[in-house]
Amino acid sequence: MIEIKNIHKTFGENYVLKGISSEFKEGMNNLIIGGSGSGKTTLLKCMVGLHEPDEGSVIYDGRDFTRMNFEERIEIRKEIGMLFQSSALFDSMTVEENVMFPLNMFTNQKRKEKLDRVNFCLERVNLTGKNKLFPAELSGGMKKRVGIARAISMQPRYLFVDEPNSGLDPKTSIVIDELINEITEEYKITTVVVTHDMNSVMGIGDNIIFLYNGKKEWEGSNKDIARSESKELNDFVFASRFMQAAKEKL
Amino acid sequence: MIFYPLGKYILLLKAAFRRPEKWNIYRKEIFKEMVSIGVGSVWIISIISVFLGMVTTVQTAYQLVSDFIPKSIIGMIVRDSSILELSPTISAIVLAGKVGSSVASQIGTMRVTEQIDALEIMGINSPGYLILPKMIAAIITIPLLVIISIGLSIWGGYIAGTLSGAVTQNEFILGATDGFRGFTITVSMVKAVIFAFIITSVSAYQGFYTSGGALEVGISSTRAVVVSCIMILFADYVVAQLLL
Repeated sequence: MIEIKNIHKTFGENYVLKGISSEFKEGMNNLIIGGSGSGKTTLLKCMVGLHEPDEGSVIYDGRDFTRMNFEERIEIRKEIGMLFQSSALFDSMTVEENVMFPLNMFTNQKRKEKLDRVNFCLERVNLTGKNKLFPAELSGGMKKRVGIARAISMQPRYLFVDEPNSGLDPKTSIVIDELINEITEEYKITTVVVTHDMNSVMGIGDNIIFLYNGKKEWEGSNKDIARSESKELNDFVFASRFMQAAKEKL
Repeated sequence: MIFYPLGKYILLLKAAFRRPEKWNIYRKEIFKEMVSIGVGSVWIISIISVFLGMVTTVQTAYQLVSDFIPKSIIGMIVRDSSILELSPTISAIVLAGKVGSSVASQIGTMRVTEQIDALEIMGINSPGYLILPKMIAAIITIPLLVIISIGLSIWGGYIAGTLSGAVTQNEFILGATDGFRGFTITVSMVKAVIFAFIITSVSAYQGFYTSGGALEVGISSTRAVVVSCIMILFADYVVAQLLL
């Protein structure tokens, strides 16, 4: 479980996060949703240490990440996997080398063992046999899946996913969502997904926090959304005619 | 105004010199960078060095109008100017353009495409992994390139002098060998090491703190070359003043 307590973050004059607290539970898809500029990616970056919060703490199963030094953080970072919005695959490396990279850096396994793990991860994301391709040769959806394979190669306890569906067609988006959901349930990891994709929200949102203007406006599950009385949440979730129609049917 | 970027530069270097996670991975990266920086630059350095020597010979001969000055002095001037100034400094400026822009754009692209964030999330010291191997590779290979450059520059001077008839073979060889001081090679190597450090560290700094997109990567790359060139010439003066 990951706990965040009273997270504040400013960039110069821009007050982005205004005291956000929440809990992200193990074995669940925890979604952070909100409009553009609401602070969701900043919150995610504060949680993984890419940004330092001005105030507040991020606690990984009782371990206060925000109070740790660089060396102490490495131990927690080895337990973290992250899928970036742009996939962030290393351009100069093949798919195999990308997935094997964390294993090369942090394990003393023999090459055969590492290769077995890479092949297992690639099989898990339905990319068997794509080992020797370079990122430039992959489609957007394939890049995301390689990103997931790399993120799970070290068997993480915590998985962070930033906008997994951006730039993908609806069908591929569903494939990625299902993959994240399966991995979360299968390995009982704490997954935190930043998204503004309503299909993801309705499909895999076990626990959702909605940010509005840098504050937590609402918290609940996808089943609670339709009953929410938060005007800001309703304006956000049911902005499209399709979602309005879906709400009326509910 | 200068203190903020200077502080950031020093902190980046401090992070780059932190103990590597795994030496064998860094070793592989160093060899890869040695090929890229060293072997990849041999051709350009060779061409410019030969022409530098040729031009030095022709222009020195043009200025030697007095019959009281022996022609062998041309060989001596080509030798000393190649060793002390032309080979280390001109090579470094060319390498700032070739290697520096490549380092800045490579690291800058990694920054804007979140690849550096990915390294940090994995628990890898990104300045160490990205910058240290480049620095070590440059510090090893650039002095070797300068040695090649010195040899080719003197040879170029010899060829230009003898072909044009400005100096005979014997006069040039006499001048190039007479009164040689090994200390000039030491000065040249000190310059080469300092320039190698400047090229890689300044360019890596510009790339590492790139923010934005493709346009900003280009700006960082250009700035890396400009700042490196200025720093190289400044360091050139300081070393000359201190050692000669």
